[in-house]
Amino acid sequence: MNRPRIRWHIVVFLAPAVLVYTAVMIFPLFNTLRLALFTEVDQTRVFVGLQNFRTLFFDPIWSEQFWNALGNNFWFFLIHMLVQNPIGIALAALLSHPRLRFAALYRSAIFIPTILSFVIVGFAWKLILSPIWGIAPSMLDAIGLKSLFAPWLGKEEYALTTLALISVWQFVGIPMMLIYAALLTIPEEILEAGEIDGITGASAFWKIKLPLILPSIGIISILTFVGNFNAFDLIYASQGALAGPDFSTDILGTFMYRTFFGFQLQLGDPHMGSAIAGAMFAIILVGVCIYLFGIQTRMRRYQL
Amino acid sequence: MTRRSLKLALLGTTLMATTAYAEDVTLTIESWRNDDLTLWQDQIIPAFEAKHPGIKINFTPSAPAEYNAVLNSKLDAGSAGDLITCRPFDASLALYEAGHLTDLSGVEAMGNFSDVAKSAWQTDDGSASFCVPMASVIHGFIYNKDAFAELGIEAPTTEDEFFAALDKIREDGTYVPMAMGTNDQWEAATMGYNNIGPNYWKGEEGRQALIAGEQKLTDEAWTAPYATLARWGEYLGDGYEAQTYPDSQNIFTLGRAAIYPAGSWEISGFNAQADFEMGAFKPPVQNAGDTCYISDHTDIGIGMNAATEHPEAAETFLAWVASPEFAEIFGNALPGFFPLSDTPVDLQDPLAKEFVGWRGECESTIRSTYQILSRGTPNLENDTWGASVAAIKGTSTPAELGAELQEGLASWYAPHQ
Repeated sequence: MNRPRIRWHIVVFLAPAVLVYTAVMIFPLFNTLRLALFTEVDQTRVFVGLQNFRTLFFDPIWSEQFWNALGNNFWFFLIHMLVQNPIGIALAALLSHPRLRFAALYRSAIFIPTILSFVIVGFAWKLILSPIWGIAPSMLDAIGLKSLFAPWLGKEEYALTTLALISVWQFVGIPMMLIYAALLTIPEEILEAGEIDGITGASAFWKIKLPLILPSIGIISILTFVGNFNAFDLIYASQGALAGPDFSTDILGTFMYRTFFGFQLQLGDPHMGSAIAGAMFAIILVGVCIYLFGIQTRMRRYQL
Repeated sequence: MTRRSLKLALLGTTLMATTAYAEDVTLTIESWRNDDLTLWQDQIIPAFEAKHPGIKINFTPSAPAEYNAVLNSKLDAGSAGDLITCRPFDASLALYEAGHLTDLSGVEAMGNFSDVAKSAWQTDDGSASFCVPMASVIHGFIYNKDAFAELGIEAPTTEDEFFAALDKIREDGTYVPMAMGTNDQWEAATMGYNNIGPNYWKGEEGRQALIAGEQKLTDEAWTAPYATLARWGEYLGDGYEAQTYPDSQNIFTLGRAAIYPAGSWEISGFNAQADFEMGAFKPPVQNAGDTCYISDHTDIGIGMNAATEHPEAAETFLAWVASPEFAEIFGNALPGFFPLSDTPVDLQDPLAKEFVGWRGECESTIRSTYQILSRGTPNLENDTWGASVAAIKGTSTPAELGAELQEGLASWYAPHQ
């Protein structure tokens, strides 16, 4: 008699988001994965199972490019983890200092590059670092360090690191903001209690604040990981689809784009492109799972 | 009642408006020549529209490097324009085979072109032509005449003279000897390797032999150009590794460099930018008196989107493109793009005249990697970009590069296996 009513309002309210999300995200994702199982022979699509993945991982021509792109991608990620996140945390710690003046000004100034388009950032930095018109060579010249200048974006050994640092410059505002928000939630009482026990200044940061913001650092790491393994725009905007010099800045995103859409005389191959996209998806999925099940569940949380 | 009549009135006006517009057909052209936008809008389109009232032309170019990808996506999505500017060889052949381009063999005006001109836009057996040939581009070197006069240098004809001239410019120090960068990679292959190369592999003879599998990329004729390119590195400006294509164009037109390894497509842009006198010399030969070979590359054609809603209007436009009238306007509006039609065209631009004059003195060929050889993976054209850059930077020896390219080509191309 008292059968629970179906709560139609929940369905109705969820429907728009579910429908839109399914149409623009879930369906394309699965369709791309499906496309990776086919190939084209004489204008007709043929099912080939995992053949495309076998080509991608074991054919010397493809696998060399794939591992090169994957290796570059890890280096790109490593630079972000080692440079962007520590700097972001340090900036947040400085900004949250109660006696810092003009904190709001610094905060916005550091955050602004984040909202700029990749194209603008890529183009601006290309001009800054240009050996011909750039201000970097003349600035180094002014302090007598001209000999340190190199055409960084054109040298195989520096190009990827340079681009990673440009990306760090652009996105350092994000970890800064997240950590800054986390630091603000730490109650004064805890810090005061620490002070009574003789923990002040830098040791207050290391012993009290850092353990409390660890969950935020975890979230930032995973955001950086997903962002970096999906990266494409900056490399494409500054180095083009061939990710020169000599593929030294080729990451999975540019490799996928080049394969999927083709480049110059090379015709696009949507099926191999989808296979690469599938591999990217798997790598990100594995990374996120490691974080979720391996790290986040073990992280100690403190009741504030 | 009133509401219904209002609806009818609205419906009526909509219908009338549609019929009024239907008389004018608008054709959209897809192209990668965004540099030519104003020329199309100011000269070519008005000339056509004046003769053919009722057909409006809309020229919508995209960036050259993205054109193929953008066009393919648009064609697959059914949103591409009525007329398609055709890249030579396989890119367009693939479009034809996928049913995106109409067979134009039956169009009467196609008779205005030689077989060589049409070869870039035909099926392998030559049975169907799918694009009207528009223009070819010729490779060579453009130089700053004022700088050469100032330093007392003559335009070089042999390689020894060429490098002697570069040495002299470098010693003087006023000018960067040669304006080219390796950042964008394609200049090294297109304006480097395929510019000077035909003199080594004897133009068509070597190119056909390579396609037939009688010559290999490890042969002297195909690796020697890399050895010459390796000598270029020291004459390029400081930081050439990060110098982009627009950087090189600007350095030259600002008068800061003496020589620019060029394709004739630069002429109109350079005429507008440079305020010094320019001259051109053809790729230097190894020994004085050798037969010279030039890359006279069939570069642009135009075809009809098979899905167009206005096939008659599109055909009218294509027939006009094949006419001598178009060749005359196009050749002079875009000096450096040389019409391919059989009727000779009178060119006004002195620099363009100099380029086209080489057709009489030298043997013409097209870029070595374009026909058939870039059909597989790895793509020979794209690999040649990387190889040419590596040669200039000196990161690999010519023999290594030849071996690498040969291995890539042999991995999928039967005549080389």
